[in-house]
Amino acid sequence: MNESLKLLIERFPQAGVFEKNPRRLYIKIPRAELTAVAKFLHNERGMRLSICTGIDTREGFEILYHFSEDKTGIIYTIKVLVPKDDPQVDSLGPWFPAAQWIEREMHELLGVNFTGHPNLMPLLTSDTDWEPERKPLRRDYEQRSDIHERGN
Amino acid sequence: MSEEIKNQRIVPIGPYHPLQEEPEFFKLIVEGEKVVDLEIHLGYNHRGHEFISPELTYEQIPFLVERICGICSNSHPLACVLAIEDCVGIKLPARANYIRSIIHELERIHSHLLWVGLAGHFIGYNTVWMWAWRYREHILEVFEMITGNRNHYAANKPGGVRWDVKPEQVPMIEAALDLVEKKTMMLTKAVLDDPVIRARLEGVGILTREQAIAWSVVGPTARASGVDIDVRRDDPHCAYDQVPWNVIVLPEGDVFAKAKVRLLEIFESIKIIRGCLKDLSDGPIEISIDEVPPGEGIGRTEAPRGEVFHYIRSDGTNRPLRHKIRAPSYMNIASNVVAVRGGSIADAALTLAAVDPCYCCTERMAAFEDGKLKFSGKELLRLSWERTERLRERFKR
Repeated sequence: MNESLKLLIERFPQAGVFEKNPRRLYIKIPRAELTAVAKFLHNERGMRLSICTGIDTREGFEILYHFSEDKTGIIYTIKVLVPKDDPQVDSLGPWFPAAQWIEREMHELLGVNFTGHPNLMPLLTSDTDWEPERKPLRRDYEQRSDIHERGN
Repeated sequence: MSEEIKNQRIVPIGPYHPLQEEPEFFKLIVEGEKVVDLEIHLGYNHRGHEFISPELTYEQIPFLVERICGICSNSHPLACVLAIEDCVGIKLPARANYIRSIIHELERIHSHLLWVGLAGHFIGYNTVWMWAWRYREHILEVFEMITGNRNHYAANKPGGVRWDVKPEQVPMIEAALDLVEKKTMMLTKAVLDDPVIRARLEGVGILTREQAIAWSVVGPTARASGVDIDVRRDDPHCAYDQVPWNVIVLPEGDVFAKAKVRLLEIFESIKIIRGCLKDLSDGPIEISIDEVPPGEGIGRTEAPRGEVFHYIRSDGTNRPLRHKIRAPSYMNIASNVVAVRGGSIADAALTLAAVDPCYCCTERMAAFEDGKLKFSGKELLRLSWERTERLRERFKR
């Protein structure tokens, strides 16, 4: 077992580790521990945030933080499950600028609220002709054939 | 209104960037000539690939993601099929891996030459531009020979490659590489030894190592700031762990270092292709994938601009449940906020171009101050060229 994972399990015993293959680790953690785990991975273990993925699943919104440890080539994917009736999670933006854009993107496309984000403005959708309550990456999203999709 | 804010002006660059010819909007906040802050607005050409991709089958998706970028059109399909193969958990035949590396490195050479040419054009060295693009042409001809296309090669499919490198093509590839190496060596020496280019680019748009780590930048942008990362070496895929090559890292973090990293990387790419051509063994170039099991897969590769990241969640059908795509410019453009601060407007156009964002769309721009058109694309070029002229006079050339 590699060193970062060993330290992570020591520090956060609630983490559920799934090893897809030696260079792809998926780690489930409770929502409340996200900031502590991310600070541990970035500040102490020197990992780089590759990107985050937001997925609408049956159980809730899954937010995946893909951290890349470049010394070993391992990707640590941190999984946080956010319930649909309370889509809130702590923002990494205030102390980690690399997370700011992707949190804005997930907020506008999936509708997850990142508490404490310095500027949660839409990043990609139009600020004039897009209704902010429409979230394209949600499962109940329905495409409409009016101006928004056609662009004319 | 405080005195400080009263002296600040906004110089809008965009929504179509005049030099990079790309739909993004940079709002420079300036005091006189000095840039004090930057706001970035994106999404003018949002095409919704992550929304379209789950409607397509795994065979179709590489064709979709190939069209994300017109310059690095091999890196997205490669990362995508690596993600699918990671999800399935298969190993490819050796020949397929070597051909993937050859195509990928040829693409890096033409992409870096394109950037060097444009950078030369921005600072008023149009000879560099014409040289670089002329030698790039030989690489495009090699692509046409192998894949039938100068761009959008459709080289990757889940489980292998679509195009084989035939034995009679190998000497022609090697001849093109010899020519490009010789000419790029000349170009590199001319660029790196020129005192005016040094004076123009050194110390401009510095991104320190700490900033590069905090903004998680990737590719040549990170390597020019002293961050020693390269997905080809760190997370070996294709044939990159089979052939000898080096990672170029420079500590300075300015535009000159970024140019130097890209120029030197061209020679490493040529080294990789030569190694791959030498070791190319016979065998199949693809294996068939019967089904993609439920699960997840991550594929990443080093595009000319940095790490491309693809994540695929499968539910066992022939379409993905979720497909996340991260292009390298997504991380690199965000870091412009710290890189342009403190520079002048003439430097800003160059600094914003130095991360090498993808180029697309037509040249269009409008910048207004008090209702009057102020900075056009030509105007920004003129500002940048004037500065080079002043330096030239100082060096009496």
